[in-house]
Formats: sequence, structure tokens, C-alpha cells
Amino acid sequence: MDRSETKGIKLKVQHVKKKFGPHEVLKNIDLEISSGEFVAIVGKSGCGKSTLLRQIAGLDQPTDGVIYYDHTPLTGLSPDVRIMFQDSRLLPWKRVLHNVSIGMKKSGLQHAQTALESVGLLDKANEWPKLLSGGQQQRVALARSLVSDPRLLLLDEPLGALDALTRIEMQRLIAQIWEEKKFTAVLVTHDVGEAVFLADRVVLIEDGAVKLDKKVNLPRPRTRGSAEFAKIEEEVLSQILEK
Amino acid sequence: MTMRHRMINRFKIIPWIIPFLLLLLWQFLTASGIVPENVFPKPMDVVQAFIELMKNGQLESNVGISAGRAFAGFLIGGGIGFLFGLLNGLFKGFYWFTDTSIQMIRNVPHLAVLPLVIVWFGVGETGKVFLVALGVLFPIYINTLHGIRSVDPKLIEMGRVYGLSKWSLFTQIILPGSLSSIFVGIRYALGVMWLTLIVAETVATNSGIGYMAMNARDFMQMNIIVLSIIIYALLGKMSDLIAKLLEHLFLKWE
Repeated sequence: MDRSETKGIKLKVQHVKKKFGPHEVLKNIDLEISSGEFVAIVGKSGCGKSTLLRQIAGLDQPTDGVIYYDHTPLTGLSPDVRIMFQDSRLLPWKRVLHNVSIGMKKSGLQHAQTALESVGLLDKANEWPKLLSGGQQQRVALARSLVSDPRLLLLDEPLGALDALTRIEMQRLIAQIWEEKKFTAVLVTHDVGEAVFLADRVVLIEDGAVKLDKKVNLPRPRTRGSAEFAKIEEEVLSQILEK
Repeated sequence: MTMRHRMINRFKIIPWIIPFLLLLLWQFLTASGIVPENVFPKPMDVVQAFIELMKNGQLESNVGISAGRAFAGFLIGGGIGFLFGLLNGLFKGFYWFTDTSIQMIRNVPHLAVLPLVIVWFGVGETGKVFLVALGVLFPIYINTLHGIRSVDPKLIEMGRVYGLSKWSLFTQIILPGSLSSIFVGIRYALGVMWLTLIVAETVATNSGIGYMAMNARDFMQMNIIVLSIIIYALLGKMSDLIAKLLEHLFLKWE
């Protein structure tokens, strides 16, 4: 695949440690993600994967170590980065369109409409978020994260609360949008199948350290049925479950 | 469709059955003389008092005066309560500095300071407005504070990630998020407002509905006393309706 004209952030996580009191959640994480790459971080709950994502986002300061965007050390939140959370976090008092255009200037409404269209929800622009289904709310949240054309998109188990069919739909949508926009993407998930379906690389975190860093060399668009798919999924799963 | 409409209309009537029966009972008891006239007036006498006082303009001016006091007190007390609620909800420093003091004052029943208020301000306007303001301040303060503190921190985090400035965080997330709690405070405060005004106007005054009632008592005009009570009830109901309407307007998304 040709990704020569990518505009995504090149991410470098260098010796990052995070302690909460005496408890060390991240123990010396090193990770490099090239511009436009899609990386999935998997692991059991409590392994520190969400904490790592928060450090990458600049929502939290690592206790030790540095994170670089391109070649600049990260000091806090960046306007080039957007997060899609596990819950949609839509503002119930704003209509869908205005939820999508949050943080944008007046002219943002046009972009918001385009973004809503790309997730197939333009006809819901004037609804209250409460009236949408869980899957639709997450699609609005996805539109919101795309509207400012981020260079790095962080996905914190965004599909965890959706039913199986809606998840598959959303995974396809995310894959398609990522291929169009060529941003760098980091997805935290506990669903290995989802990781293999979406990512160029699957990184397994265990006890706050990288245990496995696996390239997924499958052509896109991917199908879950293939033998290679199953093989990679099995390999990662067995690493997670191994005692 | 018409069946359903008729059903809905019928349901609208149901809440009014008891008041109507009470009115009938009132008419029966007073007209038959079971309840003597110096204890409770006939319904028609109250209506008559209403017409008479409307004609000579007393009712209008007294209701106007009372409503003015209520409004002024509410605006001043509510404004101060809202301001402190905001500051203490948004800034920890302010909270530590003022909350304990406000809570201490809140524990004094505000009507207990009435004698003090009469000494300070006499029976004029200032005292009554002061008392209403004092009574209204706390429910608005507490509910504003509570509203701001219970805004979902996840939404605020989202706002930060999506690049909202501090001011935008306040106007787009914190304030709308605390609005429903603030409205609870407003509705409660409206009740306190009328109650305070009634007490203040009844004890120390020379105009207003309370004065009208106390003056009527001197002449045993039972119908005017009852009329005053009814007017208070109507004013209370009216302000509650206005609050509901505002709530409806501002909390459309609920």
C-alpha cells in the first residue's frame, strides 16, 4: 500500500514509566509508530493499555520517560490529536451537528456536516443525542473526532459497549476512513479479532510492559474468514492467555 | 382518534374533582349556617370582596407591591446565591474560603432574624426585601454549587481534549450541565420567597397583601382575609408555572 504522502504524526514512546503511588502501572515502555500507521494495543484489563493511551494523548504526564510527536517532546494536549472514548461523551444539551462541531469555529459547521455524512448520519444532524442508539452515538463521536482532521487519532476501546453486529459495521467504517485520511491511529482494545482486523501492528502489553509486537501483513480490505487472519489472531490470543 | 381525545380530556378533569367537591362543601357549610359567618365567609362573599377591591384599586396596588418585593428580593438573593455557587463550584480556593461561613449562616432560620430586621429597617421596604433575599440565597447557592460539582468529569475531559478554552468549557459544558440542578434551586427558592414575604408582610408592614389581610382582621372582614390567602396561593402557583416554563425552554433536551 502506498503511504508515501501520509500526514500522520510519527510517534515515539521512549522509556515511559507511570506510577500511581507505589503501584507501577507502566514499566519502561518503548514504542515507535510511524506516520500513518495503525497500531492496536491489546492486553488483559488492568494491564496498563488505557494508561499508556492517556500518556500518549497528553492527558497525563508519565512519571519517567518522554513521548515525541514527530520529533517534539510532548508536554500536554495537542490540537492535532483527538480521542474517541469508550463512551460517546456527547453533550446531551447540544444537537448532533453541534456536538460534532465542538471546539470548531463558526465555519466548522460545514466540516461537521461532511464528517456526519462520512459516518452516514447526516439525516440525524438535528436530533438530540439521547434519541440515538448506542451505535449511532459512537458514530457521531467518530465524526466529532474526525472533523478537525487530526493527525493522530486515539481510540480507547470505542466499540467495547456495542453489540457484535454494530461493532463489525463500525470496524469497517473506521478502516475505510483511516485509509482515506491517512492519520496515525492507536487503538486500545481487548478484542484481538478487532485488533487484527484493523491494525498494521498488534502490540501486546502485559504487566505494564510490551510482551509482543506483531506485524499484521494482511491485504486490505481484510476478511475475518481467512486462514492467515485466524493464525495471527490465535498467536496473539495464546500469548495473552499463556500463564 | 376522537376516542383517545375524549379519554385524554377526561383525564384532565380528574385532578379538579376534589377541589370542586371542596368548593361545594364550603358553600353548603357556610350557607346552611353550620359554620358561622364570623368563622369562615361564604364563597360568594369572597368573590364580592375580590370585585370590590378590584374596583377601588386596592387589590391591584397591594398585589403589585407584594410582587415587587418578592421579585426584588428574589433577584438580589438569587443573584448573590448564584454568584457564590458559581465561584465556589469553579474555584477550590473560593470554596475553602467561603463555604463554611455560608453554611453557618444557612443554619440560622432566616425568619428568626425578623425582630432584628424590624429594628434595623423598620416596617419599610428594605427589611422585607432583605429577608426575602436572605431566604432565597441559600437554596440557589446550594443547588448551583451541587450542579457544578456533579457535572460529569468525563465530559469536561472530552472538552479539554477537543480544544475548548476555559470559557468555552464553562459555557458549553459546565453551565448547561448544572442547569437542571439550578432549576431545582429556583423552584425551591420561589416557595421560600412567598413564605418569607407572607411572614414579613403579616408581622411588620403598611402595604401589600399581608397588610390587607391583617387590616381586614381588625375589622373582622373574613372574606378579605380568605381572599388574601387565596391570592398568595395563586401567586405561588403562578411563579411555579413560570419556573416550569423556563425549565421547559432551557432544558429542551431533557
